[in-house]
Amino acid sequence: MNIHEYQAKEILNSYGIPIPRGMVAMTSDQVERAAKMMGGRCVVKAQIYAGGRGKAGGVKLVHYPEQAQEYGKELFSRPLVTSQTGPEGLRVRRILVEEAVEIAREFYLSITLDRETSLYVLIASAEGGMDIEEVANKSPEKIHKLLIDPLTGLRPYQARKISLELGLTGTVCEDCVELLMNLYRVCQEKDCSLVEINPLVVTRAGWLMAMDAKIAFDDNAVYRHREYPDMMDYSQLDPLEITAGKYDLAYIKLTGSIGCLVNGAGLAMATLDVLKECGGEPANFLDVGGGATREKVAEAFRIILQDRDVKGVFVNIFGGIMRCDVIAHGIIEAAGAFNCTLPIVVRMDGSKVEEGKKLLRESGLNVQVGDDLGDAATRIVKMLG
Amino acid sequence: MSILLNKNSKILVQGITGRSGLFHTQQCREYGANIVAGVTPGKGGIHIEGIPVFNTVAEALRYTKANVSMIFVPPPAAADAILEAVDAGIELAICITEGIPIRDMVPVKAILQGSKTRLVGPNCPGVITPGECKVGIMPGHIHKKGKIGVVSRSGTLTYEAVKQLTDVGLGQSTCVGIGGDPIIGMNFIDVLTLFNQDPDTEGVFMIGEIGGGAEEAAAEWIRKNMKKPVAAFIAGVTAPPGKRMGHAGAIITGGKGKAADKIRTLQECGVIVSTSPTRMGEAMLDAMASYCQSITNAAVKVAVKKVLK
Repeated sequence: MNIHEYQAKEILNSYGIPIPRGMVAMTSDQVERAAKMMGGRCVVKAQIYAGGRGKAGGVKLVHYPEQAQEYGKELFSRPLVTSQTGPEGLRVRRILVEEAVEIAREFYLSITLDRETSLYVLIASAEGGMDIEEVANKSPEKIHKLLIDPLTGLRPYQARKISLELGLTGTVCEDCVELLMNLYRVCQEKDCSLVEINPLVVTRAGWLMAMDAKIAFDDNAVYRHREYPDMMDYSQLDPLEITAGKYDLAYIKLTGSIGCLVNGAGLAMATLDVLKECGGEPANFLDVGGGATREKVAEAFRIILQDRDVKGVFVNIFGGIMRCDVIAHGIIEAAGAFNCTLPIVVRMDGSKVEEGKKLLRESGLNVQVGDDLGDAATRIVKMLG
Repeated sequence: MSILLNKNSKILVQGITGRSGLFHTQQCREYGANIVAGVTPGKGGIHIEGIPVFNTVAEALRYTKANVSMIFVPPPAAADAILEAVDAGIELAICITEGIPIRDMVPVKAILQGSKTRLVGPNCPGVITPGECKVGIMPGHIHKKGKIGVVSRSGTLTYEAVKQLTDVGLGQSTCVGIGGDPIIGMNFIDVLTLFNQDPDTEGVFMIGEIGGGAEEAAAEWIRKNMKKPVAAFIAGVTAPPGKRMGHAGAIITGGKGKAADKIRTLQECGVIVSTSPTRMGEAMLDAMASYCQSITNAAVKVAVKKVLK
């Protein structure tokens, strides 16, 4: 689960990490008012669930409140397209207006999970403000990594080692030790899968400050933080993704025309792969969960039919312990409720598969039943011409 | 022989009184698994479906000598359930639970490394030795006793692979679902090591997916150590970067974890990779056939030919 920069900064600040003075604005007039309060000269930052804002024109230093308002209007008026958003971009609904800070040096800091070792890793670099993947590829020696033992947690001497490696000395170095300790606390107590400060700066006055921040929460841990659902900005998500989330379905919108309904993530990915191999373009990824139930299949079907790009539906269910006749009932019920006339191809396997197929054939729907995965994929691609 | 499970395995079920815990306990028992005990804190002393229920794993072990635990405990208490099984000294813990927070699993993984317990999962379908024992949620009837070991990060895609193997006449020695989470117990290499040593396994089918670098590490290990033919399939060739494809661990980040890279590395290490999910069974046949041609040891050749019929 992602949150906005300003929310990430609020969390960091509540753990004693200094951030620039700032205000969130929902209208261009609010942007102007905020700019006035910052003294005119300020930084205007579009808040979206994607990175790459700077290069895409989503962040700007302005000198007067009127200029801030004008720029705010522009940002609110159209989707912001960055290297990470895809061609359709994301709507800007919130803008962060911050005081302009005189910067002396910039650093990169993050804590995330290292999958190779199954440990949290602290990553730091003196090459701040840049794309860290790029730094890692070009000059890996400039990246400092520290694996954190979960039984001791991050220790101050380890944080000091990293701070010294960044070239910090004296009181700023000790400030950085404290900041790193707090960053680890944020990561642990807030169940983050990523907490990143890029850049962390040393101001002209010699203070540390988090100029930009990103936090992603571990989806599996959202249940123990009651405040998280309220922090979501639903304008940043596909409405169908929101509906799918309510029913505990994993849904991702894609660009093609074949709606896919599959049980199990691995099989769903393989289904997209086989459709493409046959020359089809999937409209979505939809995983109803390994143990597909009648209700979930019906709900998933409804979600797919609400997508106007969908011209045909491909259902691939490896029933396993769930009976195929029950799944077939779910499909017929949902398709019937929507008066669905689109071509449907169903591939089912598992117990009571013949009963399931018979039900579908006699349902009166525009449905074909595939014998196996390859056969079924070929059929749906053919039906869509 | 097989690996991890056989007909002598004695199984206890943590979370036996929950809805899916009980349902799958019955399913496993019908398949032939010897379920000797259940554990649900606060319900010790009762019997459910004739199975004695205990308050703790340690207590269950004292009375039943179970050596395998199947864990169905819901996410908030699942990491604790794994640790309890480890502390009681169980040989093998198989955790089916999906949705355990990362912060809970990091210390579990660290503690596992110094213990005698093997963990399979979490977020996995479990382990099955066809014809002998099933500990998990997979449909038993698609499996067939035989000589191919299966190891997979996925659930239903494993069923698809197993069905294709069975359809082309290749039975399975043991099928292990290692789980789709970023932090899991046994990884590909741990399971491949066991298959390599198992006299009843003549070849291995491996199912990977996008995200992380486990497949690449396994490929390197195979090149150096594997004495048996390996075929593989990697799901997610067409997956868009930055999106979490259903599994918590299935995500391409920072250009890493792409299917194409995994496939290339596996091929470079001598693994036959099925380019389509519709030809997984055939890929395994190919791997067995080309291995059969390459070997000179007559006894091994006969054994492999027997598998191929």
